[in-house]
Amino acid sequence: MAAPADTAPAATAPSDERVAGGSVVSKVLKRPEVGALAAAIAVFVFFAVTTDTFATSSGASTWLRSASTIGIMAVAVALLMIGGEFDLSAGAMTGFTGLAVGVMTTEWGLNIWAAMLVALVLALAIGFLNGLLVMRTGLPSFIVTLGTFFVLQGIDLAAVKAIIGQVAIQGMTNVPFYGQPHALFGSNVTVVGGRVYASVFWWILVTAVATWVLLKTRVGNWIFAVGGAQTSARQVGVPVARTKIGLFMTSAGAGWLVGMLLLFTTSTVQSNTGVGQEFIYIICAVVGGCLLTGGYGSAVGAALGALIYGMTNQGIVYAGWDNNWLKAFLGVMLLGAVLLNEAVRRRAERSR
Amino acid sequence: MTSPEPIIEVSDIGKRYGNIIALADVSTSVRPGEVTCVLGDNGAGKSTFIKILAGAHEHSDGRLVVDGVDRRFSSPREALALGIATVYQDLAVVPLMPVWRNFFLGSEPTKGWGPLRRMDVGFMKRTTKSELSAMGIDLRDVDQPIGTLSGGERQCVAIARAVYFGARVLILDEPTAALGVKQSGVVLRYIARARDRGLGVVFITHNPHHAYPVGDRFMLLRRGRSMGDFPKSEITLQELTARMAGGSELEALSHELAAELGSDSELAKTLESEVKGLRT
Repeated sequence: MAAPADTAPAATAPSDERVAGGSVVSKVLKRPEVGALAAAIAVFVFFAVTTDTFATSSGASTWLRSASTIGIMAVAVALLMIGGEFDLSAGAMTGFTGLAVGVMTTEWGLNIWAAMLVALVLALAIGFLNGLLVMRTGLPSFIVTLGTFFVLQGIDLAAVKAIIGQVAIQGMTNVPFYGQPHALFGSNVTVVGGRVYASVFWWILVTAVATWVLLKTRVGNWIFAVGGAQTSARQVGVPVARTKIGLFMTSAGAGWLVGMLLLFTTSTVQSNTGVGQEFIYIICAVVGGCLLTGGYGSAVGAALGALIYGMTNQGIVYAGWDNNWLKAFLGVMLLGAVLLNEAVRRRAERSR
Repeated sequence: MTSPEPIIEVSDIGKRYGNIIALADVSTSVRPGEVTCVLGDNGAGKSTFIKILAGAHEHSDGRLVVDGVDRRFSSPREALALGIATVYQDLAVVPLMPVWRNFFLGSEPTKGWGPLRRMDVGFMKRTTKSELSAMGIDLRDVDQPIGTLSGGERQCVAIARAVYFGARVLILDEPTAALGVKQSGVVLRYIARARDRGLGVVFITHNPHHAYPVGDRFMLLRRGRSMGDFPKSEITLQELTARMAGGSELEALSHELAAELGSDSELAKTLESEVKGLRT
């Protein structure tokens, strides 16, 4: 997995004779995503052994697809959480953008690319507003985005029903040029007998870019800093408001991407799409090593958290159990991860 | 020892907030390679004085001369531009972030361009390590979270950071206030190290036992007024302590110090002998 590679840059620093053998192992063990990696392997092995279809290429195709859209959001939400904020509107945003494009094209006859651009601008504007409200008022983002969440949920239902008379988009495939964005967001390729959906590639791309930004760029440094100690960050000249507003826009932008992936993979979106998923994203981020208090976490970890979710989601089906066990499993995972993360944080913050 | 030209010279400086006189008639100087200690009890005007030097407050009376030029700071940025850096008590570090990320936070060097513009991680790690070892801190691993360092070491990282980013004068706001005897000794050593590198240091403290071993010049404040500005040659620790605190307070202080002893650091030994000197 990508986790060990992330620690590689240390190689350029002058080595110290006191940091000798075993340091690579201990460094890897200190990474925030280690717990999620171990859990992902355990879940995979468990379902691969107990069910017949799980480890086949068609089985993998299903759980990878399930993990991918959750994973994109989890990575964006993880960045925001490292920056010390929450976004509860992230789930409803995926439905909102998909519905917006659906309504604008099927009902108003707008060009499909133009509709997608408008939806993106709308999403970024809502993200900007979330960030601006949080920074200007000093209110917890939990409350601000809870408000946005309900507003979006209301619009998704009421406005869509008022405009098209129903709560699901229909006739997407008849929209002119539907094939172009479909190829980009909704198509799939066959790899060793299993379908790999476009969303899986987007998931990998988003995770890679987020990891790069977090670990290698100035902005990444600022994200850790504003989440870890906002006042200190401000004192040394980190643009706190710009960084945080940017993070809210990123999670909204990811909501748009997932909205497009859902719309063009299934050619429909319902009014309730994404509602209830916002907590899944947060759970994935926490399972991946993000602290609820901010300042610590990883994008790869959040992606692994989503992988665990996707595998369990489908594995329970293959095992023939009641699907509702998934919720119980997620709860246990969340509690376990929070306890583990707290222990990690205490160790990291402890003064000698 | 002949003193070099002062970087900062304040004469009869004062600060009034409306009709409240927070500070009046304070004079002292800060020279490269010297430590100027500002001593005073709580409420003596120490914070007002450093805020003037740091540029957080404008003075209302007297003169503030930097490099021979009359100055009047209206923002910390102006002071910083002249190489006057302030290390506040909270240190402005992010505990969970590695030392090297903290060291460069807000001023990260980059390489590459466009979307590939990235932090020069190798340079950052090397520089952090070499700058810290120049200050006498030998870290095993600059990748460890800064929260795992001791209070004294964290103070030192903040000092080293200010030095690296061009400070000529360091203003240290009570750097030993929250620390035990041993950790205070560590910080005092770094103050001496910064002085030896040619920096002018303004060391604010209420503890004459911390000030005396490293200080070259002592300026005493009480109730917003200067109680005098002495070079080390003109004042002993006993006189310094006596001027700062009255008789009963002095007695309490010596008890407190006696209770703190038992550590084997250099500072503790110095303190022990000084306390004995006080009692006799």
